[in-house]
Formats: sequence, structure tokens, C-alpha cells
Amino acid sequence: MNIWDNILLALQSLRVNKMRALLTMLGIIIGISAVIAIVTLGNSMTTSITDSMSSFGIQNVNVSLVEKSSTNTSEGMTSIRMFSKPSYDDEDLISNQMIDDYRKVFSNEIKAISISENLSQSKITKNQNTATVNLVGTNSDYQIANNIELVTGRFINQSDMDLEKLLCVISTEFAEDIFGTSANAIGQTIELTLNGFSKTFTIVGVYQYDSNGQVMSSSSITTDCYIPITTAKKYTNSQAGYSSFTVVANSEVDSSSFLKNTTSFFQSYYTLNDSYTVSASNMESMLESMTEMLSTITLAIAAIAAISLLVGGIGVMNIMLVSITERTREIGTRKALGATNRNIRLQFIVEAVVICLIGGLLGVILGIIMGSIGSSLMGYPATTSISACIISVVFSMSIGVFFGYYPANRAAKMDPIEALRYE
Amino acid sequence: MNKYPIIQLDHIIKRYFVGKPNELEILHGLNLKIYPGEFVAIVGESGSGKSTLMNIIGALDRPTEGEYILDDIPISKVKDTEISHIRCKKIGFIFQTFNLIGKLSAIKNVQLPMLYAGVSKKESLKRSKELLELVGMKDRMKHQPNELSGGQKQRVAIARAISNNPTLLLADEPTGALDSSTSRSIMDLFHKLHQEKQMSIVLITHSQELAKETERIITLKDGQIISDCKGEGYHEHLG
Repeated sequence: MNIWDNILLALQSLRVNKMRALLTMLGIIIGISAVIAIVTLGNSMTTSITDSMSSFGIQNVNVSLVEKSSTNTSEGMTSIRMFSKPSYDDEDLISNQMIDDYRKVFSNEIKAISISENLSQSKITKNQNTATVNLVGTNSDYQIANNIELVTGRFINQSDMDLEKLLCVISTEFAEDIFGTSANAIGQTIELTLNGFSKTFTIVGVYQYDSNGQVMSSSSITTDCYIPITTAKKYTNSQAGYSSFTVVANSEVDSSSFLKNTTSFFQSYYTLNDSYTVSASNMESMLESMTEMLSTITLAIAAIAAISLLVGGIGVMNIMLVSITERTREIGTRKALGATNRNIRLQFIVEAVVICLIGGLLGVILGIIMGSIGSSLMGYPATTSISACIISVVFSMSIGVFFGYYPANRAAKMDPIEALRYE
Repeated sequence: MNKYPIIQLDHIIKRYFVGKPNELEILHGLNLKIYPGEFVAIVGESGSGKSTLMNIIGALDRPTEGEYILDDIPISKVKDTEISHIRCKKIGFIFQTFNLIGKLSAIKNVQLPMLYAGVSKKESLKRSKELLELVGMKDRMKHQPNELSGGQKQRVAIARAISNNPTLLLADEPTGALDSSTSRSIMDLFHKLHQEKQMSIVLITHSQELAKETERIITLKDGQIISDCKGEGYHEHLG
């Protein structure tokens, strides 16, 4: 009596009680499909976030001012702090001098230093067409750090910066909305509002707008309009230094030691500053902490879903106990015909495992379907984890062994005389 | 008659609830020898100890006292794990209620003891077909038990019982659930196996009629053998 005979026998007995078998499997199916669906969703989100973050440039190092009390928090958290805007005194800010020194010291490692500052939104009306832009003051390296692809014209250069010129670089969306085509926009002028004052800017370049998968009606898109940061500083009367900037390292540079050196370089300026210091972080570390966070959440939810597997397992145990009671005479007969306790035990364990295996497989299929639907509804590409599927199926089989063992052992230990007499 | 018995019961005592106030002694020191090729009927009224004796002979139960030797094996000294193998190879059980496995076809039922004995699938299938042909069930091999009549079920059960060439065929009221004409055909089949295959058969019955056509009739009463006499035999009985 080998395993295969037992599997066939188990399938036969499941066929006799189809409805019962299905209901028994339901707990396992729900448990496994929930786990698979959640893992699939989590994976899809992680992949999607990783992809979109990598497009920002994994080699970029963000250098930003942080409060001294918060230096102990993780790098990911300090990076997130960039988005809020605390008020700094002039001496707290990173000065042009510091950046120039830094550029000299690390000249072999630095590819670009990008400085930018978000200004106000500005509404532009020209030839009866209206569009809204985010004004961003940038330096010439901003283009390299942010992978900005120019369609026509040029980006802001160092001389524009030095001379604080009234120039701007606009998006293809904006150019098409206002001027019809990108080529038409070059050399045209637009009125931009800076700090309440209207100024006339000349368009020198048009960059390719990347919607990054966002779906909006094209007329309502607000795109970035880049102007020299020195010009922006001049007309907004803002402070001379910067609270943050981005460094692009050369691709052959070891990112972790570069990160460390950058941090210690800037921190040396802030040893005497009571309130602020500088923290450097790169996308890699941010990505790591975000991926870690996401997978922890996924794992936690999956663990909760796994509780239904426990319930499913108890259901299997229950039905196996019913089954052996119903089949007491059969067990007695088998023993009289020469089945050993081991034969009987194996028969019922295999039956429980087969129930769980079928349930597990159905659960995996259902989970993949649910996960894929969920991901596509949320706008992410579905990424099913093969290892999660295999682990789930193996896990459900081990549930079968675990919860099938007790009933099977009870069947194996039945007294054949009592079992044969059972009505 | 051969000199060495296949079954030897020496002073067999069976008690239930040993050491408890309701201790009950069913068999009171039975002695019995059955020789190869014998067709023996054990008769007795209900409560006489027939079933208890059958369980002991069939190695389903162990005596409280005394020694039981089956085909030179002292059953009392055999471990529990080995006793299954002994049942599998030495004894063929036939029950009043047939006890075929409901989900398995006739041929699979016959195959079952051979699979437990470790016979290969191919070999067991071949032998199952031969046996079903022998008991006249060649046309119904693929049928499930619920598609068979009582007599047909018992024929399948007999084929199953002899599948491992047992030393002893142990039949507990094999015609108890059958009408008289079907009973007759089943008894004829037992005689056929006895005469053609020289099988040793122990038939447990309460029917004196059936007992008469065997070679030897052992009568039990209150847990003791009260008579052990020669039966009329098949031909004499029919003649």
C-alpha cells in the first residue's frame, strides 16, 4: 500500500462527499487566497514605488539641514522632513561658500550639485490660453540630477545664474497649451508673478513632460517652470543660503562611503551650531527603509490572514474526526484484512493532506486573481511572488499533516473488534 | 489427517474487565486442535462464546490465559505490530455483513489484502481477476459494492479472504444475511474451495443445518466445548 494508492483512495473518498470536502476546504482556500492576495498587492506596491523612486536617480544624495535633536532618527525619516519648512536663521543655512568648498574637495566624485527651491504657483494667460505652473528656482546642475530631457532650446546655465537673468524653461505640456508647439515657444516671453511682482521672462528651453503614470485631463496639469535660483532669490528677497540640495555622485563612486564623507564634511561646519546640523541621505537608503516598512506591513497583514488558516485547519480536523467515526467499520475491516496501524494512520493523514493541498492550490489561484484585480484597481502592475505561492501550498499541506495526525492516530489505534462491531 | 495442527488452543481463558468488580469470564479453559484441510463448524447459541473464540482464532484478540499457536506461531508472544502481518497472511476473514469497502470496486476490494501484504500491483491485479473468476464474479469486477446483490457481495468477500492464500479461512455466519438459495450457493462455494483447494475452513454459525454438512462440528455452550463430533460431509449431506 504505497502513498500513491493512498492518494487515489483519498481522492475517491473526497469525490463521494464533494460538498463536504469543498466546505472543509473553504477555510484553507480563504486563508491561502487572503495571504497570496495581500502578498501580491504588497509586492506590486513595492515594485511600483521602487521603480518610480529609481527614476529620480538612485545615486543622488540629498543634503539637508536637520534639527540637532532629531539626528538620531533614521535616514528615511530625516529625508521626509525635507518636505516641511521650518524657519532658519541666515547663519543656519548652507551657504554658497560651503557648497563651493565641497565641490572643490570632492571634485573627483561629484558629477553635479543641484539646488532648487519651490516658489509660488503662477497662472499664465497668453493668446486666450491659460495654464498654471509651479515656479521652481534651480541651478544649472538641476537638469542632471533630475534627468530632465530637453526637447528644444537649452537649460539654465551658470552665466544665467551669475547674471540673475529673467529666463525660464517650460514643459512640453505648457508649451503646447499656450504656444501650440514646443518650437514656437522658444524666444517668447511670459509674465510670471514673483513675490507679488509681475516679471517678464524669456523662454529658453522646453523639457519633455513625464506624467509618471498619473492620469489627469491634460488641461488641468500644473507643470514645473524653471527659473535661475539666483533670480528667484533676488526678487523674493529670501535668505542667501539653502536648507537642502542634491548631489549627484559619479556612477563609480561607492555610495555609502560618499554619503558618510558628505555628512562629515558638512557636519564640521555645524559643530558650534546649537539648533541645526546637516544630514545626508540617498534614495537607496530611503528606498530601503520604505521597502522595509512596506514588507513589514505586508507580513503583519498576511500573519493576520494566516489565522484563518488555523481555523481552516481546525475544520479539517473536525471533518476528519467525523470521517473516521463514519468509517469505523471500514477501519475494522481493513485491520482484519491485515492493515497495520501505520497503514491506517497514513491513509487518513494523506486524506487530510490531500484536502489541504487541493484547498491550498485553489486558494493560490484565487489569491493571484484577487491580488491582480486589486493591483490593477490601484494602478500598479501585478507582481505575484512564486515563493509565496510555494510556501503557501507547502504550509497548507503541513496544516493537513498537523491537523490530520490526531484523527488519523485515533483511527490507527482503534480496536478492530470494537470497530467491526460498530453500527 | 496431518499430524501437526494449524490451530492449537491450550487451556484458553478469556476474561473481560479483569480486576474490576464486573469481571466476566467468557471462555473457561478451551482446548482445541484444527488440522490442515479440515472444514470445521463451530456452533452454539448466542452468548456461548462463539464470537470471542472467533476473535481469538482470528488473532483480533488475545486470550487472558492459555496458549494459542497458529501455524507454529505462538500468538500470545507476538508483538502488536507483527500481529497485523499474521492476520494479513495467515487468516482470511469472511463476515456476516460482507464488510466490503464501499468506495472500492470489487476487484480493488480483492486487491486490498495483497497490497497490505506487499504484493506488487500488477501481480495483485492478475490474481484478483483469477479469484473473481473462481468465485463466479468475472463479469462484475468493476462494480462497486452498492451495485451488487448480497450473494455477489459475499462472493467478492470470499475472493478477498483467500487472496493471500491464508492458512485458515474464518467465516463468521457467512450466510446469516442471505436468503436460502443464495446461502446454498455460498455454501457450495465453500465446499468447492475446501475440496479443490484443500483450504482449511472454520465456519461459525448458529445453524445446525449448515454445520451438518461440514466434516467436524464443535458445539460451544457457556464458554466450554460440550461436543466435538464428525459432521455428515458435503456429499453425504446432499445425498
